[in-house]
Amino acid sequence: MTLDTVKHAAETPESAQPWKELGLKQDEYERIREILDRRPTGAELAMYSVMWSEHCSYKSSKVHLKQFGEKAPENDALLVGIGENAGVVDVGQGYAVTFKVESHNHPSYIEPYQGAATGVGGIVRDILAMGARPVAVMDPLRFGAADHPDTKRVLPGVVAGIGGYGNCLGLPNIGGEVVFDPCYQGNPLVNALCVGVMKHEDIHLAKASGAGNKVILYGARTGGDGIGGVSVLASETFDSTGPSRRPAVQVGDPFQEKLLIECTLEIFREDLVAGIQDLGGAGLSCATSELASAGSGGMRVELDTVPLRDATLSPEEILMSESQERMCAVVEPGNVDRFLEICEKWDVIATVIGEVTEGERLEIFWHGEQIVDVPPRSVAHEGPTYHRPYARPEWQDALQADDANKLARPANADELREQILKLVASPNQASKAWITDQYDRFVQGNTVLAQPEDSGMVRIDEETNLGVAVSTDGNGRYAKLDPYTGAQLALAESYRNVAASGAKPLAISDCLNFGSPEDPGVMWQFAEATRGLADACQILGTPVTGGNVSLYNQTGDTAIHPTPVVAVLGVIDDVTRRTPIAFAEEGQLLYLLGETREEFGGSAWSQVVHDHLGGLPPQVDLERERLLAEILISGSRDGMIDAAHDLSDGGVVQAVVESCLRGGRGARLVVPDGLDAFTFLLSESAGRAIVAVPRSEELRFTDMCGARGLPATRIGVIDGDAVEVQGEFSIPLSELRTAHEETVPGLLA
Amino acid sequence: MTARIGVVTFPGTLDDRDTQRAVRVAGAEAVPLWHRDKDLKQVDAVVLPGGFSYGDYLRAGAISRFSPVMETIIEQAKGGMPVLGICNGFQVLTETHLLPGAMLRNNHLHFVCRDQKLRVETDKTAWTSDYSAGQEISVPLKNIDGRYVADERTLDMLEAEGRVAFRYLDVNPNGSLRDIAGISNEAGNVVGLMPHPEHAVEPLVGTGRTDGLGFFTSILKNLLKGANA
Repeated sequence: MTLDTVKHAAETPESAQPWKELGLKQDEYERIREILDRRPTGAELAMYSVMWSEHCSYKSSKVHLKQFGEKAPENDALLVGIGENAGVVDVGQGYAVTFKVESHNHPSYIEPYQGAATGVGGIVRDILAMGARPVAVMDPLRFGAADHPDTKRVLPGVVAGIGGYGNCLGLPNIGGEVVFDPCYQGNPLVNALCVGVMKHEDIHLAKASGAGNKVILYGARTGGDGIGGVSVLASETFDSTGPSRRPAVQVGDPFQEKLLIECTLEIFREDLVAGIQDLGGAGLSCATSELASAGSGGMRVELDTVPLRDATLSPEEILMSESQERMCAVVEPGNVDRFLEICEKWDVIATVIGEVTEGERLEIFWHGEQIVDVPPRSVAHEGPTYHRPYARPEWQDALQADDANKLARPANADELREQILKLVASPNQASKAWITDQYDRFVQGNTVLAQPEDSGMVRIDEETNLGVAVSTDGNGRYAKLDPYTGAQLALAESYRNVAASGAKPLAISDCLNFGSPEDPGVMWQFAEATRGLADACQILGTPVTGGNVSLYNQTGDTAIHPTPVVAVLGVIDDVTRRTPIAFAEEGQLLYLLGETREEFGGSAWSQVVHDHLGGLPPQVDLERERLLAEILISGSRDGMIDAAHDLSDGGVVQAVVESCLRGGRGARLVVPDGLDAFTFLLSESAGRAIVAVPRSEELRFTDMCGARGLPATRIGVIDGDAVEVQGEFSIPLSELRTAHEETVPGLLA
Repeated sequence: MTARIGVVTFPGTLDDRDTQRAVRVAGAEAVPLWHRDKDLKQVDAVVLPGGFSYGDYLRAGAISRFSPVMETIIEQAKGGMPVLGICNGFQVLTETHLLPGAMLRNNHLHFVCRDQKLRVETDKTAWTSDYSAGQEISVPLKNIDGRYVADERTLDMLEAEGRVAFRYLDVNPNGSLRDIAGISNEAGNVVGLMPHPEHAVEPLVGTGRTDGLGFFTSILKNLLKGANA
């Protein structure tokens, strides 16, 4: 075997290299040669190729993403912003919360169980690396049509993978979404979110500073999983005795990750690390180059000291391996022994693989010979930037002109009743309990609210009852009709959900799922969505703390609906004041907050009844969203509302049905003056919620809404065991329950 | 002076902190115990909490039973020390043969997390004396290997000796034989069950009910009574 050393590379400038097979463009390869002033070694080429990939470098998206920083609202709560493993928000009482949503879309299509499982594992390590104890997870999911045979392959595997991994980590799964649409056929979206809690002084950053500090790799051994394309390099550099194709999807071991969590938290408690980074995409290449790039000095790594699962791995493969459950720490020499002792206590393998140096280079050695000598910033932070062309698709006008408000409406009350039953039984509107009951929502004993509530809420301090709430939302149908508005609606809905449960929205994380950036139409959708989101964050005062972009979610020329998923984090000073969705108290009054217009573009009704997507999405009024949130939070804090449910897809009737079924009580509704029953029940106007108000609080509540200028319309009362719309129809709860709860198990069990 | 109740942490244990909280909520002192440590720190009783000890590799509870801490627990349980096994802890207790039977994969093959109704069948154990026989309670259930099985003779014996401690009501969530959710040993000091009483001790979190608190107040009262006698 010939080892492609730095010296060898300098001596053989003309040696052909498989840069193309590794996904690099010619100008990118030339730039690497320029940076190094020679051809890269095989190991260097592997590092650059993976770190300069779309996934790691955000090369197509970053010119648009920078708006999140440029337009960031003033926000005292933001302790750590974009660029670290995850953002950190001050939630008061000395606590900080870190949260982030990421995608694991492509692996989950190829291998649903492991793809979804390692998606959970990866985001949990990101949160852990910030110094936080992970306290909850959530999974926003999108699949193809519910009755498509491939959905039956992908969905149960994804759900079992999320459960199999998250349940074994002891992290409650408190929310998320499940959406079906034929546009996700072949491109399911498996996003994963994690929330972690720490004290301010425990925040840790990913940087390697202090010459002489040791670099420790700890956790699982490094194996051949998740290497994918790099194997072409291995076969290029080495003779045929080397390993052949490696599997591209990683395999997770949640037991190892649980040990890694407890071990790392104990290490944090004793303040033993100067810098820390998890190993995710691009493995050691990413961890070493990012740590060194963010620090003040260089780094020297002895790659042959890395503990392996497979002794035949080449140095390139070790650098690229995405084996799960690994972390990399920078530790002062005096703390190394104690660090290793704690790892031993938890049966976690830990190895000193290198040290921080005075220089400015990342140097990697293999049995004494140098195989990497690069400026770390050039790998980690100075990747290519593309200004991809973008253009509004030609079909956009025709799509928007195809007005959903003109679709045939139910001719009479019977037809309306029938369509409503069809709506609440449709896969997107039906109960997802069959899925979420496969996740542990109780573990850790702090879950205050979990699905199907508007947001998930966990207590973070047992003495003071301080808590945080998180909701994730996104509506690809709205975003397809108008990406700018669609992204804002995703934020507005998530923001509203958090406020409806009684928490004050503070900050967001986003997962931007789109098609190919090489398609100008998709790139336009991306540009519009990021612009919309950045503008909306500025108005609502909720900064983007971090997130993830997933591109190339398309098959052939057909892209998924643009699907920005927005996670909003909120804080609640006293979780005993939280507002559930359940209508539980007979006699309480139901108020509709906000204004209802005829807005059916992208609506659940237009999809379920007419299989239609056209027109414009609901209008956004962010000042109204802010006011609504303030009313919902005040109402909760001052005991004026006992239940609240945000209105989104499916409108008033969907929310009422969910709240009635949750509380086991019926509701009698009256169509308000100025609205017809159909619009009242099924329009999806934004900026609205339904609340249940105890009679004793009615005057105080309506006075508050009146004084603040929020329209509040009394629409009915909690009563009986049916959902009845006066003068229209009545549907017994038992009939609604059957319709709502039998669909998903019927399709998937 | 209150009772000291040990809570064991194996690698992969998940509900240890919840169980310690439940012990504290009941008014007892929670003492963390470590799997590598034979020393039980003079606790008066032990809880083996839920989770996936040793990743449930090989078989749930199969590796944990050989840990140093279990050596002492098995010995003292045989001498009468109260031991409660919850979920994975129940699986460990069957592996040690302190309790008969075994747990298999749920009959529907999925992990299941739900608010589960149970009937307390006996108030004659150290961990159920604060309930009344026949009382119905609801506590969370969450497992994938929860299907209790034993041979017919063992099941008949358990029934005859009043050692079926809990039965599933309304729904049998995993195919357990004779709807058995939990059992006790002959002396009544060792109890195991699949559902999670430690997740139902505060009205604020979980299912909003406190039906599980009785396990912890039962043992506390019994220990204090014993200490005063």
